[in-house]
This record gives sequence, structure tokens and C-alpha cells, in this order.
Amino acid sequence: MAPPTAVSSGEYGTFDSTDPGVLIPLMQATQEEFGYLPRVEVARIADYLGLSEARVYGVATFYNQFRLEPLGKHYIQICSGTACHVKGASEIFAVIRAELGLEDSSTTKDGLFTIDSVACLGACSMAPLVNVNDEFHGHMTAQKALKLIRDIRAKERKGE
Amino acid sequence: MNSNKRITTIIVGTGTCGLAAGARIVHDYFADKIAEEPEGSYRLKKTGCLGYCTMEPIVDVELSGWPRVSFGPVTLEGAELIWDMVSGGAELPRDIVLGTHADAEGIHELHDIPTLWETPFFRHQKRLVLKNSGIIDPESLDEYLESGGYRGLKRTVEMTPREVVDEVKESGLRGRGGAGFPTGLKWQFAHDAPGDQKYIICNADEGDPGAFMDRSILEGDPHAVIEGLAIAAYAIGASKGYIYCRAEYPLAIRRLTDAIEQAEEAGYLGDNILGTDFSFELLIKKGAGAFVCGEETALIASIEGKRGMPRPRPPYPAQSGLWGKPTNINNVETIANVPFILADGAEAFRKHGTEKSPGTKVFALAGKVKRSGLVEAPMGMTLKEIIFDIGGGVQGDKEFKAVQIGGPSGGCLPRELLDTRVDYDSLIEAGAMMGSGGMVVMDEDTCMVDVAKFFLEFTASESCGKCLPCREGVARLKETLNSIVKAHRDESPEESLLRFQGVTMMEELAGVIQDSAACGLGQTAPNPILSTLKYFRDEYDAHVFERRCPSGVCTALLEYYIDPELCTGCGLCVRKCPDDAILGEKRHPHYISTEKCISCGTCRQFCPFGAIKVR
Repeated sequence: MAPPTAVSSGEYGTFDSTDPGVLIPLMQATQEEFGYLPRVEVARIADYLGLSEARVYGVATFYNQFRLEPLGKHYIQICSGTACHVKGASEIFAVIRAELGLEDSSTTKDGLFTIDSVACLGACSMAPLVNVNDEFHGHMTAQKALKLIRDIRAKERKGE
Repeated sequence: MNSNKRITTIIVGTGTCGLAAGARIVHDYFADKIAEEPEGSYRLKKTGCLGYCTMEPIVDVELSGWPRVSFGPVTLEGAELIWDMVSGGAELPRDIVLGTHADAEGIHELHDIPTLWETPFFRHQKRLVLKNSGIIDPESLDEYLESGGYRGLKRTVEMTPREVVDEVKESGLRGRGGAGFPTGLKWQFAHDAPGDQKYIICNADEGDPGAFMDRSILEGDPHAVIEGLAIAAYAIGASKGYIYCRAEYPLAIRRLTDAIEQAEEAGYLGDNILGTDFSFELLIKKGAGAFVCGEETALIASIEGKRGMPRPRPPYPAQSGLWGKPTNINNVETIANVPFILADGAEAFRKHGTEKSPGTKVFALAGKVKRSGLVEAPMGMTLKEIIFDIGGGVQGDKEFKAVQIGGPSGGCLPRELLDTRVDYDSLIEAGAMMGSGGMVVMDEDTCMVDVAKFFLEFTASESCGKCLPCREGVARLKETLNSIVKAHRDESPEESLLRFQGVTMMEELAGVIQDSAACGLGQTAPNPILSTLKYFRDEYDAHVFERRCPSGVCTALLEYYIDPELCTGCGLCVRKCPDDAILGEKRHPHYISTEKCISCGTCRQFCPFGAIKVR
């Protein structure tokens, strides 16, 4: 089997296939490359390190960082740390979910949006906080959150 | 630091919170302006987080003949005012001045402006760990050296490892990551353990929701952590070390990577440190996001490429840790205290804090408090002093209800306990714990049952599933809490019975989990419930017996209706209702069928006219 792309590309440093400690860094590099862990890459990683695929999946699903499905075009993280929670983060999450017609942290059918409730983004003084494509939006309200989503949609429609 | 003072210098705070508040726009504005000027007439620098989050973005200015002045919050307009001042001699924009940095000497024109350290937010703080954060350029080794950096390491290599261990033991430093275990003792175990290969690990996997002090230290003063680790490595005899850092902290990782490179070049890391035969290699491991990895043995498993599950202790990591070798693990803040102790001695460190908890503790003060940010307080300060003197009290002059300390492992303390001293032992006595240092202020609008539920949901999802008390017990506690904040319109008799059973046995179950879970995560998971039951039992009673939420947070216990005067019949709520509970004709007032309504509250969030009300 071909080696994992993260190894063959050479862009992520070297991975010693005899060191079991490289499993997580290798998956991190793979996710950086693809945005998620594609099935074939998981198989290649397992083969490269001499592990079973089950073992690799076991580690991949244990940690919050790894995803097995591609990310939507716009990635929205709703902070649900303690400070955000007491300032109404769950309402913000509910309203964004409802607007996008999603049940939980997941991706819309058109692949435009992925929403995620995350533990803490660490900018508690701006609570409640939403992170859209790595841009922080603080002091959120339900109406502001809706506007964020609708603005992205409007831009998409215009084909920007 | 003041050698180039004649060149006007603008310093922008670019920690994560500063950037989140818009520091990049401000930084780019100054960069553009400076690019238009003759080369060498201005300098633009970055610094870490000063900790005064409410005032971000923060900009400092060093003008010839002036002390360094801090401004904040600096919007684009503020940046223009500052630029007009430094370039065109316009007036000092006093509205956004936070304070000056210098002491009394050499100040003119600014004599009526207090120094930063005299303003209410800073006055009561004692900055040992955060002394450089937000002051020096974290990307510059020179600035760290000028602030006294690597003095501790220089003294260390002249001592024997045993003497270094003793110095730390004498200082009384205790682990800042949660439980407060004496650091010196921990070092001694690793020092005494036989083995040719030993490891040191810095736990920077700050996963506690509502805590970000480790991130600020790593971003604002990375060399302090590197120096502390080199000292620890020397003391226990480790030749290799890891910083296990959250992958969600890209800026911290980048600054650490650069700082490690600088330290290697300058001979503070690598082979033959400072010309001695002590060699130490330091690597960064990116954590992949699992709260349980804060537990030592789980963290080790994660570095070894496994699922981050704890294992029973003993053997302790000091005997058998990473790859089965003696390993010492300390938290970032603990390590950041070490250079000071070795540079100035245990005596100097003991001058701060209390007898049993010497030194300071950094807290992430947030929630419904006026001035939020990073607070470094001497141990033994009361909660009241931290929340009201430093934090300025509750936002919007609402009533203070509780403060949550210690994150998911900690507890909520009520108004009556505001005089509790903040040290390891007093907090545990009060039913909370130091934890990593999150401090979230709650007011009358916060529901304590909801807060307990929030933490239980977090620990339930972060439970690794290895031991039964945590995996099943915490899940049952979560279910019970969920059942008391839910409406019971469609409940079967059997479900009612189970709910009744859950509520009556909640305290007992919590006790069982505390006693029997395998690791710290499980053992402390019931704390949020136990402390809220202890101090806010009336709120539980209101939910259970009266089916109401006194703070109006638990939406499912509310009844929703539409005010016909305000409703325009736009139909938006009809489309958003997940259960088709809203009926009505277009352009005529709608109404909500209480039979069908599941009280999710979605319609209320969407209604542009505020027509949906609750009772």
C-alpha cells in the first residue's frame, strides 16, 4: 500500500514508522492536508505504522480534533465555555441550528456550513463568542448570529 | 529595554484575545502609517497579553521623554488619534488612556495620569508569573534576558540537582494545575527514581472551559516556560522534555517553536547548556483535544500515540511514566514560577501568599463581571477582593449570585462565602477547588441547576469510558439533571418513577462516583452538583416541586405565547418551529398550541418583533 500522503508529500517533516508516538502527529498532518481523515488515508496510516485500522480509528474517534467527514465551506464554531454559557451561548447555538436546519454539530446538506459547539475559545471577555472561518465575533446575540449566517448566504448567492 | 527609547515605538498586544478583539486591524493600520515615514523613525512591536481583556485591543506607546503609556480599548478611530499624537503632536487621547508604565521619575506632562499598576484592575494584583506578559516582546530573547531571564538557569547549573530540588521544596510551590501537590516533592520522586533515561513533560493541554491563563503565559512569555523546564530537567536528570500543548492554541505553539530555536542557538537548550555537560532537548507535542489528558497517565498515553485513557497509579509517573521511564509532569503555570524561585531564592518566593500556599495564582476572571481578564493574585486573597476590587463587581449592577471556581472539577460558591480565602485548602473546605484557575462570576439571571447541568454534560462527553463509575454514573447524573429541567407533558408513568428515583438518589450517586472513579476527572465530576445542592438547594426545589426556573433560564419550564398586539403574522416562527406548534393565517396574529409546544424557545429567538412572550 502507498504511504500516507502526509509522509510522501514531505511537507510535514519526517515520521519514523517504528515510533508509535507518531500516530497522532501523522493524523494531525493528514487532517491539515485534507481537512479531515479520508478513509484511504486511515488505511495507509495503519499500514505504514504496522497497526490495525481499528486501532487507528480508535485513536481518531477518541480525540475531539479529528473528523472523519469533510468540513463544510464555512466553519462555524459556537463557543460553549463556561463564560459563554452563562451569557446565553446555548440560545445562540439553538438559533444557528434552527436557521441551518441542523440537529446538532454537523454539516448542511449543501456542504456550505459546518457548525460545531466547542469547549472554550479562550476569549471569555467577549462572551458569548462565535468563530466563523477563524474570525471571532464577540458579544453575540441571537439576531447578530442570524445576520452572520444570512450575510454568508447572501454572499454565496451572489457568487462571491 | 530603554536603550532605543528615542525612537518612537508603538506596541500592539497581539495575544489571542487581543487579536479576537481586532488587534490585527490596529496593528496593520500602524504598519501602513509607519511604512509611509522615513525608515528608522518609528518602530512597531508586538507583545503578549496584558491580561486586561475587557480593554483589548491594547496599544502601548513609547515616546521620547515620556514613560510608556498604555491605551485601550483601541479601535481604528483610537488608533488614528494615537497616530496623530505620535506623528503630529496632537493631544493625548485621554479617554482611552489606561495608565503609564514608569515609576515617578522622568515624567512630565503626564504627572496626573496614574501608572497602570495604580489603577483598580492592577492595584491589588501581584505579578510574578505574568510580569513579562504584555510588557516584553515574546518573540525576542533579548527582551526576556533584559527582564532578568535565564538568571535562574544560570544559578541552577552551578548547584547540584539535589540542591535545586531542595530549593523548590523549600519554596513551598504547589502544582498550579489543580490538586496542589508540592512540586518539590514531585521532583524529588523523579530525582530519586533510578534510570538512565528520564523525561520531563509540561502539561499545556488547557482544556478547562473558561480558563486561558496557560495560553497567555505561553503566548506572552514563552521563554519563562522553557527556562523553567530546563531547570526542572536539570533537577531530576532528564535529557528530553515535551510540551504537550493544545492544538487549538496555534499562536502559542508558534511562539514556543520560535523560542525553543532561539534558546538552542543561545545555548540555553540543546547540548552542553551554558558550557556545562548538562544537555536537554525540548520538543512540542500537539494535543488532539481530550479533557481527560490533563490527567498525568492519560497525557502520557496520548504522547505514546494511544487513546488518552488514565491507568491506575501506582506506579506513579515518577517511577514509570513515558515509555516506562521516570517522568515528571508539571503544569505551565507551575513551571513558569520556577525561574523566579531559582533566580531569587525560595525565601523571596515565600514572601508572597500564605504559609501553606506560597506565591500567587493566576485566574481567568470572566462571566458577568465588569472587568474581566487574567488576574494574578497572591494566595490568601479573598474572593470578594478578587471579584469586587479587581473585577469591579457584577455587570449592569445586577445581584451577585455565585462564583464558579475550578471548572468542571470545582464548585459554585455563594455570596455568604465571598470572604473565603483563595488558597488550596480553604477552597476545598468550602466545597470548590483551585482547579486550573477559571473563575466565572454569575448573577441573578444564572440558573444554578443549569450550570450544574452544563458541567455534567461536559464531563460526560469527556469521560474516557474506562471506569464504570465515571462512564455510567456521570451519564445518569446528567440524565437526572436533564429530567428536572424538562417539561413532562408526554411522560409515561414509568418515566415519572425513574425521574423520581433519579432525583432522590442524586446525592448518593454523586458520593459513590467521588469514592470509586479511577482518576481525577471522575472523582471530581460530581462537584458542580454537590456544591450547588449544598448552597442553592432552593433552586433545585423550585425546579423539582414547583416546575419553575426562578432565573428564567430553563426554557422548557416556561410557557410560550404570542402577544397579538405585536404579532404581524409574518409567519417566520411557523417556519422555524420544529414541532408545527404555531398556527395562524398570514398577516394575522398567530398563536401557539400549548399541546404541541415543546418549549424549545426557538420562535422567540427568531421573532423580529418581540411578539413571543413567556410566562
